Amino acid sequence: MSNNSQFTRRSLLKTAGGIALVSGISAPAILRAQTADVIKIGHLTPRTGFLGPLGEYAAMAADLAVEEINAAGGMMGRKVELLKEDSVNPQTASTKAERMIERDKVACIIGEISSASCLTIAQVASRTKTLFINTGGNSDALRGKDCQRYMFHVESQNSMYVKTVGRSFLRDGLVKGKKWYSLTADYAFGHDLLKVSKRFMEANGGNFAGDDLVPTDATDFSAYLLKIREAKPDLVVINLAGNQITNFLKQYAEFGLTFPVGGFGFDTALAWAAGKGNFVGTWPVVWHHLLDTPGSKAFVTAFTNKYKKPPENQAWGDYVATKIVAKAINDLKSAESPKIIEHFEKGAKFDVLKTREGYFRASDHQLMHEMYAVTALPADKIKNQWDIFASSPAVPAANEDLEIIAATKEENSCTFPS
Amino acid sequence: MSTMLLAQQILNGLLDGVYYLLIALGLSLIFSLGGIVNLAHGAFYAIGAYLTLVLSPYLGFGGSFVAAPVVVALMGVVIERTLFRRFYRSDPILSLLMTFGLAMVAEQALRMIFGAPPLSYSIPTWLRGQVAIGSFIYSFYRVVLLGIAITCIAALWLLLQKTSFGRVVRAGVQNPDMVGALGISLQPYMSAVAALGIGLAGLAGVLLAPIYSIHPAMGQEIITPAFVVVVIGGLGSFWGVVAAALLVGLVKGVMVGIGYSAASTAAIYLLMLLVLLFRPRGLFGERITRFE
Repeated sequence: MSNNSQFTRRSLLKTAGGIALVSGISAPAILRAQTADVIKIGHLTPRTGFLGPLGEYAAMAADLAVEEINAAGGMMGRKVELLKEDSVNPQTASTKAERMIERDKVACIIGEISSASCLTIAQVASRTKTLFINTGGNSDALRGKDCQRYMFHVESQNSMYVKTVGRSFLRDGLVKGKKWYSLTADYAFGHDLLKVSKRFMEANGGNFAGDDLVPTDATDFSAYLLKIREAKPDLVVINLAGNQITNFLKQYAEFGLTFPVGGFGFDTALAWAAGKGNFVGTWPVVWHHLLDTPGSKAFVTAFTNKYKKPPENQAWGDYVATKIVAKAINDLKSAESPKIIEHFEKGAKFDVLKTREGYFRASDHQLMHEMYAVTALPADKIKNQWDIFASSPAVPAANEDLEIIAATKEENSCTFPS
Repeated sequence: MSTMLLAQQILNGLLDGVYYLLIALGLSLIFSLGGIVNLAHGAFYAIGAYLTLVLSPYLGFGGSFVAAPVVVALMGVVIERTLFRRFYRSDPILSLLMTFGLAMVAEQALRMIFGAPPLSYSIPTWLRGQVAIGSFIYSFYRVVLLGIAITCIAALWLLLQKTSFGRVVRAGVQNPDMVGALGISLQPYMSAVAALGIGLAGLAGVLLAPIYSIHPAMGQEIITPAFVVVVIGGLGSFWGVVAAALLVGLVKGVMVGIGYSAASTAAIYLLMLLVLLFRPRGLFGERITRFE
């Protein structure tokens, strides 16, 4: 490069000055990292890419939780500082997790939506003996063959989603002797979900009229819609993720198809994006903003005041996970991961903004809590852009064990690596 | 599968291809004339969709359909005047880096202004419904969309083939130095072509906003297949790009139709590979001396 010859004394001075300036700014940050009056929590979640929209809600909710924790006196009297990063992809997620733990000395890591990134973060967490709470990765494998001692799951596993909404389908007579047409996202999450939904289908006497895998970059569903119209299924089952659900719903309405629709994976932000009249069907959620409990109402009010829009289900996950960590650390008067894990495994109960408290199941570290099935309201009953669905009562019902919707040991077994 | 369904899939596939065409033609034009690989083209498509959302409450869908592409085209002129023109004579890798950066800036700007979550927008009531063409029932909106796209493509072809403007542009593609020697400055033509190409991307954004999810990264979703179309069609060939778009749509649609949906995306890349193996300049690519 000819530029080398132009590297004059002046530019050398500029560069040196720049380096001095930058290191001058970052030096206090290094010092701050070692001061004892702050507890750091790492927050890693996809902020760009097809899961980015959900990641934004996650980050907003984690910020809100930390604000409230600090207002209430922090953790063990120390102020909490949240370090937030875009996890991007599994490789970057693991690098950033490592940096947060090794360099920034975070007490734990909260977040993630992609099951693949959960796995790489969990590996770092296990190696460094640091707690990781997964708030958005659904795959059963993370609670089964890939389970890790240092990973806990506030997000429900796929089995819980399937069994929750499955009850609605059974009640409406859409399973036994019926034909389903399913569209499945062609990656780890979709495959895991398809496996679980096939198990549900076989156990309840239904069968598939069609079963297509959809590449994750597909935006146009017209070819699938023509096939669905030809197959005349009793239920169209959507095992897609992210923006693909919105695309599908918009085009399903566009083509005027009227077969009942349902899905086993869902986020309310996608229904909001599909909009009134386009959003149809029955879907499972871990939480939604219309829940009538004091905790949920307070959370929705605080979130709406701060961000001028209601929280969606991913926001609940990161908010609750952050609050759980704060409660555990304050109760234990310790921020050491092994102690927190022992506390969780002993069945400590936590407020998860629902009618019943939740707890982590010791055998696979899955949070046991109530879930809901939401059904789209007809267009003439919709009053605003957010309240576009009606909810089922909590699943499991008040007289049932919380564990009945979770995968059984036979369905998905976890042996923590020692 | 019935022959009827296969026929439907073939027809639907061809229609699907037309959407890529609006993006691909602009890409091809800007590259042919200025040697700029415009990776930011998808971002203008996204801006078109977001503008529809912003303008619709005031102008309706019909008004945004006219106004949004014009606004995007004006952005195209500004970008051409301030950025593109610095790169016409330099290594294409530099303009590639510049437009890649521009795409990221645009996407992040959309994220900062409108937020990361997708926004809702529906087909206006007067464009909803189904039409029956024989026993083939199809979305009315897509038939309208097809009509608009075909009109634009025909108008662009007439502009390039039948007007003095088009003659200068085509001469500029083949030999810019000779055009300069004849005393014609290509500068205003470059601006006009950027406005046209980028405006078409904006138009695609308007047309697809009612049926696709509107989110900041939507440009990335469409840019890759559009590039595949340009590569398969061949540089500098109008009809090559048209044929390639239809072919890509057809291959994708038929793959889904015959039950190999998982391979439907891979199939278009395989198609590109095969075309490049046997016809390195693309299906109808012309020999353009300065790119050889």
